[in-house]
Amino acid sequence: MTLVPTASSTVGPYLHIGLTPLQVYDIAKDASKGEKIVISGRVFDGEGQPVPDALLEFWQANADGKYATPEDSQDKPLDGKFTGFGRIPTDKEGRFSFTTVKPGAVPGPGNTLQAPHILVCVFMRGMLKHLYTRIYFSDEAAANANDPVLGLIEDASRKPTLIGERTAGKAEYRWDIRMQGEGETVFFDC
Amino acid sequence: MSDLIGYKRPAPGTQPNYLHAPYQSSIKRAPNKPLIRMPQTLTELTGPVYGHERVGPLDNDLTKQHAGEPLGERMILSGRLLDENGRPVPHSLIEIWQANACGRYPHPGDQHDAPLDPNFTGYGRTVTDSEGRYRFVTIKPGAYPWRNHHNAWRPQHIHFSLFGPSFMTRLVTQMYFPGDPLLPFDPIFNCVTDQRARDSMVSKFDFETTIPEFALGYAWDIVLRGRDATPMENKK
Ligand SMILES: [Fe+2]
Repeated sequence: MTLVPTASSTVGPYLHIGLTPLQVYDIAKDASKGEKIVISGRVFDGEGQPVPDALLEFWQANADGKYATPEDSQDKPLDGKFTGFGRIPTDKEGRFSFTTVKPGAVPGPGNTLQAPHILVCVFMRGMLKHLYTRIYFSDEAAANANDPVLGLIEDASRKPTLIGERTAGKAEYRWDIRMQGEGETVFFDC
Repeated sequence: MSDLIGYKRPAPGTQPNYLHAPYQSSIKRAPNKPLIRMPQTLTELTGPVYGHERVGPLDNDLTKQHAGEPLGERMILSGRLLDENGRPVPHSLIEIWQANACGRYPHPGDQHDAPLDPNFTGYGRTVTDSEGRYRFVTIKPGAYPWRNHHNAWRPQHIHFSLFGPSFMTRLVTQMYFPGDPLLPFDPIFNCVTDQRARDSMVSKFDFETTIPEFALGYAWDIVLRGRDATPMENKK
């Protein structure tokens, strides 16, 4: 039997009613391993205006590069109750900020290794279907250079849109989302 | 990781495009550059496991969240969560949100001049059972105006958020009601060009689940992306 997948639709302007009761700002809460980090940024529309009604979801491996689900069959340890899942709305100025631990490397297609990264799922009013993007880390330059997914981006000038910039001397990263125009974030079709 | 099996891509016309000009808010929020096509990796093929501990026994009854009964037409909404291969998706989180019977949300951004109902928040959640079934008790939401174009009204709808087994099955959508006269005029509903896919967002009236002297039943099955027949490594 083959069915047609249900069509996607927008979260609309009242997304907070349905999607913030299970919000998670602190992914690191249950982690015992790994470097605790804060990632902050803003979401901008095509006119450079902040997007106050977006919601971001994050999904990442633990510090050893293991996803907290039976779907990950790698022989690596789980980290207690660490889930690797986060969900936060943007504020009135389009800002977001969350705490997590830096993920470990995970396998990629074939025998490749993916650089540490966080999957980001973007929802907002005005968007009929969520978008996928990724956060990589500026202090992982060597791993990033060999990353099989970053390697798919032919226009090298667009790669920095996926790289969280580490603040000197702090365990903090800056990463923005731009929907259109100069510095338009790379989004994936997967 | 050669045993990974990816998910099928949607058939043309069955999912909305990011830019759908009649829906004005999409114009400045849809990416201009083409998306970068990538293989599904372990990252995309996994996702959060939501346990029953996040869901209370009354979380699927939106009429029991306050001291009194909400106003409006009581309804039972039930159905199954399936994948496109027809397999049930068990133990999966479903979140819903909706306007009250007058078409008003208790949200600071909702300025529609219709009454709030102190007995209705309009949020519910549940986890599908071992056969992918779900059930909500709620109030039929009202239609509401919006400012997309002159005399724009959203058809009655309930917002749904679903996970399934991975981030590839993540879905946020809206469920509509059969025979709603506003459907042909709604740019959000009509953003899907394939009629079968568009109609899959419309629930059916259901006598089977209608409870005498209590509430009308509506049935709606939700279909998530299904897995491909062949492992990723064998595909080019
Ligand atoms: Fe709505």
